[in-house]
Amino acid sequence: MGDILNIVIKRLGLGLLTLLVISVIIFGAVELLPGDIAEAVLGQGATKENVAAMREQLGLDRSAPVRYFEWLGGAVTGDFGNSLVSQKPVSEAIGERFSNTLFLAVYAAFIAVPIAIFLGILVALYRNTVFDRVANILTLTSISAPEFFLAYVLILFFSVKWGMFPAIAKIDADMTLLDKLERTFLPALTMVLVVVAHMMRMTRASIINLLASPYVEMARLKGVPAWKVIVKHTLPNAWAPIINVVALNLAYLITGVVLVEVVFVYPGIGQMLVDSVTKRDFPVVQACCLIFAATFILLNLAADIGAILTNPRLRHPK
Amino acid sequence: MNYFIIGFYALLIGGSSLAAFYQKRTAFLLLFSVTLVSFVMGIVGGESALWAVTILAGIIAFSAGVSYSFREFLAIILPKESAKIMRTAPLTAAFGLFIIFTYAITGIFAPIIAPYGESEIISQAFEPANDEMLLGADQLGRDMFSRIVYGARNTVGLALIATFLAFFIGAIGGLLAASKGGKFDQVMSRIVDVVMSIPSLIFALLLLSIFGTNVVTLIIVMAIIYAPRVFRLARSVAGNIVVMDYIEAARLRGEGTWYIIRKEVLPNATAPLIAEFGLEFCFVFLLVAGLSFLGLGIQPPTADWGSMVRENATLISFGEITPLIPAGAIALLTVAVNFVVDWMLYRSSGLKE
Repeated sequence: MGDILNIVIKRLGLGLLTLLVISVIIFGAVELLPGDIAEAVLGQGATKENVAAMREQLGLDRSAPVRYFEWLGGAVTGDFGNSLVSQKPVSEAIGERFSNTLFLAVYAAFIAVPIAIFLGILVALYRNTVFDRVANILTLTSISAPEFFLAYVLILFFSVKWGMFPAIAKIDADMTLLDKLERTFLPALTMVLVVVAHMMRMTRASIINLLASPYVEMARLKGVPAWKVIVKHTLPNAWAPIINVVALNLAYLITGVVLVEVVFVYPGIGQMLVDSVTKRDFPVVQACCLIFAATFILLNLAADIGAILTNPRLRHPK
Repeated sequence: MNYFIIGFYALLIGGSSLAAFYQKRTAFLLLFSVTLVSFVMGIVGGESALWAVTILAGIIAFSAGVSYSFREFLAIILPKESAKIMRTAPLTAAFGLFIIFTYAITGIFAPIIAPYGESEIISQAFEPANDEMLLGADQLGRDMFSRIVYGARNTVGLALIATFLAFFIGAIGGLLAASKGGKFDQVMSRIVDVVMSIPSLIFALLLLSIFGTNVVTLIIVMAIIYAPRVFRLARSVAGNIVVMDYIEAARLRGEGTWYIIRKEVLPNATAPLIAEFGLEFCFVFLLVAGLSFLGLGIQPPTADWGSMVRENATLISFGEITPLIPAGAIALLTVAVNFVVDWMLYRSSGLKE
């Protein structure tokens, strides 16, 4: 067990390091602005006094490394500074929105993961038949279509033509869970469509790869039925890649949510990011980017660790 | 029950019985599942659902026919070697090639095809379709059809340029890293790891918020974001090649790194790199479309599919499908490219089982 713990700690350290480098990039990118934040925000018409006042307010007179460590220290404790537009603390606005985004992602994941794995195994079992080909075409189409296309098609049919679900997913904290689930059904379904397609293809590919291995051949030769080969011999070895697939797609869910949130006017962190990019509200942009990057890295890390835990061979890298 | 429904089921059941009688397993499975599906859909959705199934089947049959003829056409006009490959291509790949061909023609000859200019205001806002305007007018009274045609040039063109740039940087970096190895390889790979661990849309938003949105920054940002993917693939493909004996021989002959990359590695790495180019194009294209949709990509009045969807999105709530057309155009092209890439990957290595 000590072995595994060691590896996990090593991976965590590596993830943390990556996150640190990314925070430098996110902070440094804003430093690359022509002039500085004050000039960029106030524009060319600003008087010298205005710019100077804003510089002082933001503490721009100190050197970049000092400000970076202040910003990082604040970020770790959940303080991202004040928004340039509303002058309110960024963390206040982000908190609720982030939980909304997580809610949507978890909702979609709950529907998508079981369906995708089940269908992936099914098409691997019936590979190279008509069903496999049809599934291949359908999943490719669903992956290739931009999210907003799927979203608008769903809106057109489910809300405009059939009037089954609302087209605008406005939710607030005091709604019941059932209400929330109904309101956010269409955005969740949009993401389910994309993610199921991805996961299905990856599950199929990883199972089919395993089907080429000698022990499967052996099982077949001794007359084990096809479904049993998959469930008993292939699946235990396929868990590692499947866990990987699931985690990668969850990471995708968290970030792919931006477009979906904008289409459905969902009060999540993605929409906030897009709004603040348009308004050039840099503290908010930085905070959102850092949160997205952190979630993304965390899930990738989870994928790595999950793969190591389920596959003993990965515990002893050559 | 009317004649349409009776005819519909008679055709399907008759077809599947015939297929079963002549032992055509695939055709039987397909026809019979369509029968079952339309049975369920008919009960739920009534006659209109059956019409939808019929129209869908018609569209699929039509595109299959078009792809078949296009494949035969290519097989005839191409030289012998490529014609042989073309004959074994699946219909989906032929379909993809046909769509790409159509888009290329539309993009290149946009000014000739489009009846009006891309920013020419010719009527009232949201004017419905009439004889002069095939798809009606957009939110400013510009001809929707002309703008879609011009979009083929602007959106696809920008994505293509960005992909070329990303590919150029990434492939050269990856090939160099693989052939040189050592410190250069280590440093490049670590940089790439970091860039790839930032989600692409988020990174694009961050960079665009800082450098502003114009076409040149957009292309450079895309290249920065997607070059690492190409780098990784190029490096891993080339990594398998540089350990070969003939590379060793070339090194012992005293050839330089550049010569080895150009003459020894590149010819053996073309197939996966071309497939990667297709995939990369899809990613860049979707990201550009997404950014434009968010209002942060190609700026008006340039006609662009992503922003057209956003500008006309209000029409959806009136049950109009016009805003879906540019979105569908994006989807169709990515699907087409993916079909072709799928076939190429299958050919170059593929899941053989």
